[in-house]
Amino acid sequence: MAFESLSDKFQNIFNNLKKKGKLSEADVKAAMREVKMALLEADVNFKVVKDFVNAVKERAIGDEVMESLTPGQHVIKIVNEEMVALMGSDESELTFTTGGGPTIYMMVGLQGAGKTTTSAKLAGLLKKKGKKPLLVACDIYRPAAIKQLQVVGEQLSIPVFSMGNQNKPIDIAKAALEHGSKNHHDLIILDTAGRLHIDETMMDELIELKEVIKPKETLLVVDAMTGQDAVHVAELFNEKIGVDGVILTKLDGDTRGGAALSVKAVTQKPIKFAGMGEKLSDLEVFYPERMASRILGMGDVLTLIEKA
Amino acid sequence: TKTRDNILGGVDQVLSGFSSIDEDFYEELEEALIMADFGVHTALRILSDIKVKVKEQHIKDPMEVKNLLKEELMEIMHLSDDAYIFEEKKSVILIIGVNGVGKTTTIGKLAMRYKAQGKKVVLAAADTFRAAAIEQLTEWSNRANVDIVAGQANSDPGAVVYDAVFAAKARKADMLICDTAGRLHNKKNLMDELGKINKIIDREYPEAHKEVLLVLDSTTGQNALQQAKQFKEVANITGIVLTKLDGTAKGGIAIAIQSELNLSVKFIGVGEGIDDLQDFNPEEFVEALFKQ
Ligand SMILES: Nc1nc2c(ncn2[C@@H]2O[C@H](COP(=O)(O)OP(=O)(O)OP(=O)(O)O)[C@@H](O)[C@H]2O)c(=O)[nH]1
Ligand SMILES: Nc1nc2c(ncn2[C@@H]2O[C@H](COP(=O)(O)OP(=O)(O)OP(=O)(O)O)[C@@H](O)[C@H]2O)c(=O)[nH]1
Ligand SMILES: [Mg+2]
Ligand SMILES: [Mg+2]
Repeated sequence: MAFESLSDKFQNIFNNLKKKGKLSEADVKAAMREVKMALLEADVNFKVVKDFVNAVKERAIGDEVMESLTPGQHVIKIVNEEMVALMGSDESELTFTTGGGPTIYMMVGLQGAGKTTTSAKLAGLLKKKGKKPLLVACDIYRPAAIKQLQVVGEQLSIPVFSMGNQNKPIDIAKAALEHGSKNHHDLIILDTAGRLHIDETMMDELIELKEVIKPKETLLVVDAMTGQDAVHVAELFNEKIGVDGVILTKLDGDTRGGAALSVKAVTQKPIKFAGMGEKLSDLEVFYPERMASRILGMGDVLTLIEKA
Repeated sequence: TKTRDNILGGVDQVLSGFSSIDEDFYEELEEALIMADFGVHTALRILSDIKVKVKEQHIKDPMEVKNLLKEELMEIMHLSDDAYIFEEKKSVILIIGVNGVGKTTTIGKLAMRYKAQGKKVVLAAADTFRAAAIEQLTEWSNRANVDIVAGQANSDPGAVVYDAVFAAKARKADMLICDTAGRLHNKKNLMDELGKINKIIDREYPEAHKEVLLVLDSTTGQNALQQAKQFKEVANITGIVLTKLDGTAKGGIAIAIQSELNLSVKFIGVGEGIDDLQDFNPEEFVEALFKQ
């Protein structure tokens, strides 16, 4: 991979230097070039990379190198700290409706991102924690979308509310709320159809759903393999519909997952969960710090530095 | 047909802001290519080619650089003359790719295309794993009005392909199109399973031309290169389908894949409808990269 060797490259850049104690502008610039490349190879958005690199440069130039660290390690430490500052360092929890009424989550995102699978995973997870979930089939467009939700619902023994594909999503959602309250469901998860962020009609459908149903959280589902366009998608979903949290899927692949950083940077919304496989149990709490070192591809180096 | 009007800033925007060719100009151009998902490596390689040509040809006008760049990209994405020859033969098309990229939908579109050409088409529902994948393909077979061979959910996908080959022969099909489950390229057991499916086709249907299409989501970043490399290991990929080009992603990764792995895009997906599949046109693709 292009930057398994990021730390090696750092070593090379700083090897020729004596321990000057201070970082020169030229050294830092050379190191930042490598960081920039690494982030771009990891699919972090170009503009986000630019801002990031400038922030690190500013901090690093002229900085005193600590006794225990070589200049290379010192810069890596700064890079990592800035990265964690951007990604956020704490895990972020889901919020629940308190006092009366069920908690409603609405899943939104591009086609094929993993909304239906993640709806089921989330319902399964919260069922284990004592909730009584209801899954709602609001995707009336994709062939067999309803059936898909029914199959995964059945695998988890979680009921699925559907009205076929001849009713509008808004009417299905309204009826689902009624059904949910009659049957004492305290958690309702709406699976919606995949859509493009630039598809006005389809985005309007979500706007209306949100206005009427008032979900506690609107969760944007994002494929971890997304490239430069991730910022654009996240920005528009957030602007038009309003996003409360993000779920990053397909992290069981070998992508660096730079989209995570891009989405966080443009929306400032927390990434709450990570999809780690196709099985319905493959949903994990998202740890921003781990993601930071995954994107940089230098988890090992960081452990070493922490020990130093 | 739909056009791909992107609202992102394109190369054109960059070019129009410059009156002379300098380092800033090249830097902006590099940025535009990277924003289109070319990847750093490919973007830099292409730009260094361009720089040499600009010098050699004593070019002074930034707009002329545009033409050079276009020519270069069109050259890279050029399709060989026999790219679509399988459409005139008795063929089996194996559709592969990672999860959610648009495999099943593409099969629906291809089925419609060949049906409209008066061909006998059979579909094989060899994704037996994903929830309701069989029902999804069945719906597409109804829309296109073509035959489908399917087994039980969670049954052996190899067995489905085996049965489908048998059916294709018996019904004298012109086109057999096989759906497969989405799988990430780093999952060894799933890739092995795909290798097996591939071998079954070779063994049972040697008389058919074999076309293996890797489906890539144009929204995908640099990981698509990894996908193409790994899938190439288990099946002899003969072309790429680049889907979701009706969005705002430019699909520049296809250029990296073509130049590094020599795999050509043959079809593009431009929507969720049955007619939203087009032959790949290098000129239109490159033109769209430049548009804002
Ligand atoms: N490997 C892996 N696959 C996943 C994950 N999440 C979802 N998938 C797969 O991705 C594909 C698409 O998932 P869906 O849940 O159908 O996606 P969707 O967003 O509902 O799709 P549309 O409704 O068509 O927009 C399926 O093959 C899922 O099994 C994940 O975390 N890891
Ligand atoms: N906008 C757009 N959406 C597309 C296109 N092609 C497919 N889709 C959508 O992408 C989603 C996933 O498509 P599928 O055909 O189910 O993808 P797949 O690769 O078969 O998915 P798995 O079998 O789960 O791996 C669906 O919502 C499709 O409607 C396209 O060209 N443009
Ligand atoms: Mg869905
Ligand atoms: Mg499929």
